[in-house]
Amino acid sequence: MKLSGAEIVVECLKKEGVKVVFGIPGGAIMPLYDAMYRKASFDNILTKHEQGAIHAADGYARVTGKVGVCIATSGPGATNLVTGLANAHLDSIPIVAFTGQVSTNLIGTDGFQEVDISGISIPVTKNNYIVVDVKDLASTIKEAFHIARTGRPGPVLIDLPKDVQLAHTDFDYPKKDRFLGYQLPVKGNDKQIKNAAIEIDKAKKPVIYAGGGIITSGASKELKELAFKANIPVTTTLMGLGVFPENHSLSLGMLGMHGTFYANSAVSNADLIIALGTRFDDRVTGKLAEFGLHAKIIHIDIDPAEIGKNVLVDIPIVGDVKKILQKLNEYVHEKTEKEWLKTVKELKEKYPLKYVNNEELKPQYIIEKINEITQGKAIIVTSVGQHQMWAAQYYQYTQPRTFISSGGLGTMGYGLPAAIGAKVGSPKKSVVCISGDGSFQMNIQEIATALKENLAITLILMNNGYLGMVRQWQELFFDRRYAKTTLNGNPDFVKLVEAYGGTGIRVSNKKELNPALKKALSSNSFVLIDCIIPKEENVFPMVAPGSPITKMLGVD
Amino acid sequence: MRHTIAVLVKDHPGVLTRVASLFNRRGFNIESLAVGHTSEAEISRMTIVVEGDERVLEQITKQLNKLIDTVRVKDIRPYNSVERELALIKVKTASLVIRSEIMQTVDIFRAKVVDVNSKIITIETTGTEDKVNALVELLRPFGLEEVVRTGKIAISRGVNTVRLSKK
Repeated sequence: MKLSGAEIVVECLKKEGVKVVFGIPGGAIMPLYDAMYRKASFDNILTKHEQGAIHAADGYARVTGKVGVCIATSGPGATNLVTGLANAHLDSIPIVAFTGQVSTNLIGTDGFQEVDISGISIPVTKNNYIVVDVKDLASTIKEAFHIARTGRPGPVLIDLPKDVQLAHTDFDYPKKDRFLGYQLPVKGNDKQIKNAAIEIDKAKKPVIYAGGGIITSGASKELKELAFKANIPVTTTLMGLGVFPENHSLSLGMLGMHGTFYANSAVSNADLIIALGTRFDDRVTGKLAEFGLHAKIIHIDIDPAEIGKNVLVDIPIVGDVKKILQKLNEYVHEKTEKEWLKTVKELKEKYPLKYVNNEELKPQYIIEKINEITQGKAIIVTSVGQHQMWAAQYYQYTQPRTFISSGGLGTMGYGLPAAIGAKVGSPKKSVVCISGDGSFQMNIQEIATALKENLAITLILMNNGYLGMVRQWQELFFDRRYAKTTLNGNPDFVKLVEAYGGTGIRVSNKKELNPALKKALSSNSFVLIDCIIPKEENVFPMVAPGSPITKMLGVD
Repeated sequence: MRHTIAVLVKDHPGVLTRVASLFNRRGFNIESLAVGHTSEAEISRMTIVVEGDERVLEQITKQLNKLIDTVRVKDIRPYNSVERELALIKVKTASLVIRSEIMQTVDIFRAKVVDVNSKIITIETTGTEDKVNALVELLRPFGLEEVVRTGKIAISRGVNTVRLSKK
């Protein structure tokens, strides 16, 4: 049977098991929206901005582990996706983005709403395609989904000229999943794995430094096995929060710029760093020349290009971290380095995360309360800034895929749309979006989407009237010159949500917090809690940019 | 240090942009780049000359391999390969004496005259980059009108090949 290109897209999405797409229609993508209107068996959520659509697809992907799908029209629709593509690219999140394009005969003529999105998106996608012949459409979509979800995942964009959406051909969804030029390292070199085991057996002061790759690979169980078998303390990156239970005595919490002092100290004093599914980002390593100075480094990652990119490693192992850990756990012997564990324990006791918990409504206190009420079982979604770091520090993550945040790109405005995707992907779990007043206003329009879709999201607004993280840097490194970080002209956020038809609660003191949280979390609709927090609260501890990670401000 | 890298890529639009974009974004410098078809259907071969130490070379190789359109990447070592560049050089010939002087230089370099008239002579040469440089420098005093160079291509000696392998 002959189908139109647009219908083929719909059929392919069904074959890929897509449950929901996020997007906004427009001229050049109308045939696809029409085909979905007629034929789609999956949900189709209208966001209010294309950036909202792609962040929602991203949040959905992070919570479910499936490929997120978003759709935009040509021109401005497509360019509005770019931030979301970059966001997913830097955090290795599987997304397939469809964009409309002007008809093939108009391409290159600067037609109305024409933009070279495949050219624009090259550096921020894992791969992209422009389909100029409807006969190639099904195989392109097959390849795109395969590439997005396998290996080191990432966003893939498919540009669909309008005439290709309208052209007809026979539909046949290809079965093949091997593509020229796309090879996946999987198993890891056995000899190297044995060498790694020998080093772990020998090490007196080992530390595991685990990243988002553990989540992607689903290797949390194997990670725990390794840590428990050889009694190795575990620190995670921002992207890795939740892969190891933070309430366990071997947990060091997060490392890096706003990590715990004990995690940073452990890594700096270690004689062996076992880096798993992670990429030695500058926010983790601080001054690179002094990172892990006394340690041998084992680096396990699926992307060969990450090996040796920032730090030289002693034992590189390329492959799927779950499969490699399964092997490694066989080879490693049970042991307990008592001296080291004692040192680590002392560090944890001496330098805990701390803040001045007075009568004020402190953001750290708010996060602790959320942790208490949700019993650490909620999905926490954040935007970017101070609130993100407080959420990373003061909530206790015990499960993978429960901390959803923009890591690599640091996209303010990520939170609300990502929370929408997270709630759609995991409707039974409590989803708490934590945002600053700066971040929130970068995608504030998606309140309408959350309400329209009846998504019970609790949005905690950490309202300090500042672009708080930038203000903090201005305070610390620019002699308190608060250049354009004061958010004068903020709306009354409670009234704003009410104007959309939702519920807003203002919380100005500690006493009001508990009832507000309880009300919001038991509601079956979107609720915003506008928390008026101290204006100049800072995130500590902190590694100043360019410093080694043991030199932390706010540690005494 | 300079390295010569052979890159097999899928022969479709946008590949060159992807490779160029990668070099630009990662801060690698392309000294020269030559592209052409190969004996295998739908596979093109790029020969890229880059400057950098071993670590840079390793990163370039790995990053190139990550491109979906890249099929194979190989570092071609100079001691075990044949490298060639082709150049077309237009030189002024103010007089017959000068023309014969130029012709002598052309002979020494085993280059070829491919076009000539009373004012201009066009010379074709192939060889290593050094040889082409040397010829260009010898001809410079006569007045170079135009120089076109292909950039280097390279092939391994002996049985070693860079072909589409089963990936």
